[in-house]
Amino acid sequence: MTRLLAFNSIVVALAVTTLGAIFGPIAVRKGRRDWLMYLYAAVYTNFALVTLSTLALIYGLVSHDFSISYVAQVGSRATPTFYTIISLWGALEGSIVFWAWVLAMYAAAVVWFNRKREGNLVPYAAVTLLIVALFFHILLVGPANPFLPVFPVPFDGPGPNPLLQNHILMGVHPPLLYLGYVGLTVPFAFAVGAMLSGEVADDGWIKVTRRWTITAWAFLTAAIIAGMWWSYEVLGWGGYWAWDPVENASFIPWLTCTAYLHSVMVQERRGMLKLWNLNLMVGTFVLTILGTFLTRSGIISSVHAFTQGTIGYYFLAFIGIVLVATLFLVAGNSDKLASDGRLDAPLSRETAFLLNNLFFTVFMFTVLIGTLFPLVAEAVRGVKVSVGEPFFNKMTLPMMVALIFLMGVGPALPWKKAAGPELKGKLLPGAVLGVLVAAAALLAGARGVYSVLAFLFAGFALGVNVREFVVGANARVRAHGEMWLVALSRLVSGNRRRYGGYTAHIGVVLVTLGVAASSTFKQEQEATLRPGESITVAGHTLRFKAAWGREEPQRQVIGATMEWMDGDRVRATIEPRMNYYPTQEAPVPTPDVKSTLRGDIYLNLMAFKPDGSNVTVKVIWEPLVPWIWLGGFVLCLGALIGVLPGRKRTSDAPAVRASALAEGQP
Amino acid sequence: MNWKRASIAAATAAPVIGLLAWGLTRDPNSIPSPLPGREAPTFALQVFAPGQGDLARPAGDTVRLTDLRGKVVVLNFWASWCLACRDEHSALSDVAQSYAGKPVQFLGVLYNDVPDKGTAWIAEMGGQSYPSVDDPGARVAIDYGLYGVPETFFLDASGRVAYKHTGPVTQGVVRFKVDSLLAAALPAAPAPVADTAANTKAGKAQ
Repeated sequence: MTRLLAFNSIVVALAVTTLGAIFGPIAVRKGRRDWLMYLYAAVYTNFALVTLSTLALIYGLVSHDFSISYVAQVGSRATPTFYTIISLWGALEGSIVFWAWVLAMYAAAVVWFNRKREGNLVPYAAVTLLIVALFFHILLVGPANPFLPVFPVPFDGPGPNPLLQNHILMGVHPPLLYLGYVGLTVPFAFAVGAMLSGEVADDGWIKVTRRWTITAWAFLTAAIIAGMWWSYEVLGWGGYWAWDPVENASFIPWLTCTAYLHSVMVQERRGMLKLWNLNLMVGTFVLTILGTFLTRSGIISSVHAFTQGTIGYYFLAFIGIVLVATLFLVAGNSDKLASDGRLDAPLSRETAFLLNNLFFTVFMFTVLIGTLFPLVAEAVRGVKVSVGEPFFNKMTLPMMVALIFLMGVGPALPWKKAAGPELKGKLLPGAVLGVLVAAAALLAGARGVYSVLAFLFAGFALGVNVREFVVGANARVRAHGEMWLVALSRLVSGNRRRYGGYTAHIGVVLVTLGVAASSTFKQEQEATLRPGESITVAGHTLRFKAAWGREEPQRQVIGATMEWMDGDRVRATIEPRMNYYPTQEAPVPTPDVKSTLRGDIYLNLMAFKPDGSNVTVKVIWEPLVPWIWLGGFVLCLGALIGVLPGRKRTSDAPAVRASALAEGQP
Repeated sequence: MNWKRASIAAATAAPVIGLLAWGLTRDPNSIPSPLPGREAPTFALQVFAPGQGDLARPAGDTVRLTDLRGKVVVLNFWASWCLACRDEHSALSDVAQSYAGKPVQFLGVLYNDVPDKGTAWIAEMGGQSYPSVDDPGARVAIDYGLYGVPETFFLDASGRVAYKHTGPVTQGVVRFKVDSLLAAALPAAPAPVADTAANTKAGKAQ
């Protein structure tokens, strides 16, 4: 029953999206705006049907209905309910269902908020969204069908991959990633819509999608940070980023999207870079699909091995169609996209944005080439190579450092042309802070050029961006006599986009400091300890108290209780574990982390004597790592500030309303 | 709409799609060996499991690869802790038996294991028709560039590596390769054929 309901919903959704995608352009061509309601109805119906199918699959998972192939593949009666529900995205087929649902939701929402807009932009965008949805429905009835019948019905299943039921972040990272990845379909659909409707020279598509793009970007940012966090908390190697092809796949579109968020301001303010922005946006979408292809086709070997099968060819065909169609449309429309303005002075915010885009683009190509190089090398020379951390670190560190420097310079530069003395005042606090931070890093023992530069520029960018808040709020205090915090909040809500951006910059500084400090000052040590013995790393003493074991419904757990000592006082108890899952031969090591603002004690249980007489543990001191997660929150806070509607002020309400209208409130 | 420019731009997608399509036909996890076509690294290892019947060699005997010139050699690296080795065990043992009396030498090489456990494993699996040698310190495994177990090397009569098989073998694979090497040994020089990706896809312990 559940299976048929879920499957048939997708079949009907396939029919509805197909009809909508064919009917939409006809309605537009015939100029029948009254027919558009049927196109939009297709979008809403698709959402309803995919929602039904997704809920049915979740119900199937929760009720252990092993007659559904997906449930038989990832379900298990012993798995806790939380992990049963999130196993919706634990394997290929379920993740495609979830993808289709997120896409359907975005499509319904964006059409609903813009249904009354004049012109053909929204209808064509809706058609584009339906075509993308159609592709995922084809996957669901074809190579990634989760609703196949299973007979005879097994009594129990193997349960999800142990790594995916080992940490609560698995409930967070994938949905965020889908919300980000899939969300980028919205600006892409509107870019295509703008080209199809001939409205591409106008900034309409950019303004309509501004909030959607920032939202998707924020989800993608959060997803990448959550993925780093998960890898750090679960995989037990004490790191958070390994330049794995699938990590890169999520990072590459993030780079182009971030570049777009900056360069689009140049288009809105100065009417420049129109073709460039269009390219960045459609490129971002193509890169998300390429990333998905790399993850799911098994074309590149990666730790994120999803299943292999014919699905790769479907994705290939889809990439081919998307690539050919968008290149065709963009190049065909490029004549219409001449710049209205031109660069006035080399020292201006426009220049900073241009450099920013240059670095982001080179960065993107570096990561993309590094990721695809094994494939190219094998195709051209027939040799197997692997491209790893040394390449990526060496190639990308200069660009990261340059971008952080620009993040400090950009906000200080005015549009058009900067004046020397004014600029000096804006940069000075940052420069002082940067030198202080770099000096502290040098004193602490940092010697690497990029490490010291990262600290220097992070301090610099922090100073410049924070100064913008402080000076702005002070000015309001003087002009309106407000309390300082009131002045600050009014300052921010008066220009949310600008201060949201600066907030995000501060988030990036925190991430930079965390990454720079943990990669420069990390210390680790391994020891075999008997009860009562202790180990000291970077001045932190850890005492081994006892080893223990316990049975849980879905696994067996062996753990070691370690005490983080502060003199004779126990500061914290840390319990690294090994989890044994019945379906897995090797244990899944589960590190335990105690965080402080100064850094983390990261403990991993390497080995133990069955009688508990000794354990081997690895202790890592990870300075400032929590700052990375904190920075992630601040980045998202910045995005949130940027997308919230502007504050309604009594004194200048018409101006606010006018600017809100101009931006096309979603 | 600038049709000409649009068409040229669209055509630039072709090499990207071509590369990805080609990539789909490859197995990213297969590790090619440079050995096929080259002279097999020599070794002298002691037998710890004698084998059965005609194929047996007494335990403690030293097997030298150089003494096996003129024979097709099937060198199978295995370990008692290796699960995939269990899958191929009976296939190898049966095929070896069926080539008794022909110029073919099957030889097991114990990898990262101790002979006692190897002997116990053979007993548990119901015996092994051909002898196995121990490889202390995995020196020979290193010479052969072993990536994991099981891996099987097929050496032709002139002592060159003709094929390498990664993962468990099947009877069909072993027979086909041994037969073709035996056939090639009759005329003048055998033409070594490099291993292909297709036969290395099978799962294996690493």
